[in-house]
Amino acid sequence: MIADFRHRRAGLVGLAFLVLTAVAALAAPLFISAEDLSAVFAPGVPRQAPSGHFLLGTDAYGRSMVAVTIWGARISLTVGLLATLLAVGIGALVGVAAGHFGGWVDTVLMRVTDWFLVLPVLVLATALASVLTPGVGTVVIAIGVTAWPTAARVVRAQTLSVESRPYIERAKALGGGHWHVMRRHILPNVMPLMLAQATLTVSAAILTEATLAFLGLSDPTKVSWGTTLQLARAVGAVSAGDWWILLPPGAAIIAVALAFTLVGRALEQVLNPRLQERM
Amino acid sequence: MNDVLRLENLYVSYKTAAGPVPTVRGVNLALPAGGRLGLAGESGCGKSTLAGAVLRLLPKSADVSGRILLDGEDVQTMTWGRLRAVRWAEASIVFQGAMHSLNPVRRVGDQIAEPILVHDRGVSRTAADRRVATLLDQVGLVAARAAAYPHELSGGQRQRVMIAMALACSPQLIVADEPTTALDVMIQAQILRLIGELVAEHGISLLMISHDLAVLAEHCDRLAVMYAGRIAEEGPAGEVFADARHPYGRALAEAFPRIGDAASRRGPRGLPGDPPDPAHLPEGCAFAPRCTFAAEECRAAEPALAAAGEGRTAACVRVDVVREAG
Repeated sequence: MIADFRHRRAGLVGLAFLVLTAVAALAAPLFISAEDLSAVFAPGVPRQAPSGHFLLGTDAYGRSMVAVTIWGARISLTVGLLATLLAVGIGALVGVAAGHFGGWVDTVLMRVTDWFLVLPVLVLATALASVLTPGVGTVVIAIGVTAWPTAARVVRAQTLSVESRPYIERAKALGGGHWHVMRRHILPNVMPLMLAQATLTVSAAILTEATLAFLGLSDPTKVSWGTTLQLARAVGAVSAGDWWILLPPGAAIIAVALAFTLVGRALEQVLNPRLQERM
Repeated sequence: MNDVLRLENLYVSYKTAAGPVPTVRGVNLALPAGGRLGLAGESGCGKSTLAGAVLRLLPKSADVSGRILLDGEDVQTMTWGRLRAVRWAEASIVFQGAMHSLNPVRRVGDQIAEPILVHDRGVSRTAADRRVATLLDQVGLVAARAAAYPHELSGGQRQRVMIAMALACSPQLIVADEPTTALDVMIQAQILRLIGELVAEHGISLLMISHDLAVLAEHCDRLAVMYAGRIAEEGPAGEVFADARHPYGRALAEAFPRIGDAASRRGPRGLPGDPPDPAHLPEGCAFAPRCTFAAEECRAAEPALAAAGEGRTAACVRVDVVREAG
């Protein structure tokens, strides 16, 4: 599987970029101080164009856009990964249960899934984020409970296919209960699919996080790509043509979402031979 | 009471959109402790349904009536918890097609340990691993093979793993459902000999299912021939094979050439036609349409199992005619 992945150049490029971003985000506290990000004690003059000192200029508070963009990766990645964990977790639970038990359990769970699937994600997430207390945790929950239906559908389909294999009958014959069959036999077989699904969900989650933050539904005191863009809009950077405030977070959002999608698609192709043939 | 397995008037019928399909129709069988019973018949005669019924493994669409007594306890009335405890601990199954009965993404050692860990919650992982090593040794595999994945083993080795798994909880009964399908002849003989040795050594009763009468005659004490969901003939294995009383038993026995028998050298005799569709059984004896001995009386009513010599029974009204034909 790893050997197969190595042949997918797009996936490798995406992976390399993600590793780079993750390292920068993790190491950020080493070279960005609290003062660099402070709205009051900012090091520069507000809305300064790129110069030798501030490579990407400064934002509305006079903070370096380089520092703000790198720091923003921390929130975006954290929210993206946590929300994905939540979404794929719920999806796996619902999908495996529906596929394994079948009958009315399946019917009920899938109708609920369908209901969430047709709801406009952004509207639901906006509603949730505005009802709950604002903060990173709220954004994670809002994205998590809206992004799981796709994962549930995919996992259920794979569960149904695994469920018909003879080793499932064997597991039942040797006295294994539902929990045993699901944990020991179905889960290991749907795991790779969940991994591919997860990487695709991350990019959607990062986009949703940025959107919610831009709409002012996240914690405004935390520096993220979404809040940076929101601040830029609030001070009129768009009409003033201060492109250096808009471009870095926007490009970062696109690049990270694209990287996750590339990795996810590559994983999907490695795991699903039928997609490989079409390449 | 000392029968390990007793089937009393067992009926199984599957509910389908087109109406019920009776697959097992009134089977009575008894397997004493340490006994080896062979169950023969063509595909679709109800053998595997019968095997599945023993551990209540049939799908929800199956209607089961009659009694299935495992060591005197009715499987049908067991609670779910009791049933789970009985599965594998009292009776285990060697499934056909070992490739598909092993989970491809888990090591075989873990899979052999599975029943041990399921049935004995207190057992430690190292104790289970030791037991797995012993089991592998008993089936003629080196203990290091526990770390292998199913695709790294040959067909014969995989079936050995399945046998090790069947022995894991020291059951009283092993049901071997066509244990050698998809194996080549040499490996078949090895696997069958292994099963024979192990059940003898551990005093385990064996219910072996196969379409190969010769194999069953060699490895079992008694032999039951099934046709269209009913027992056509039952008796001591060697006698049934050498001198079947039911025309169907004869046809099955003649389907395989016999060493030292000049007549069978000219080629094994087949049987024309297919077994009847269980949803549309013919009037009278189900075998009559394919039977060379069939007469008017055969189509009148379904014949019951009746004594046909010392310790033997057959469900044929023309037993005497068949016998005279030699």
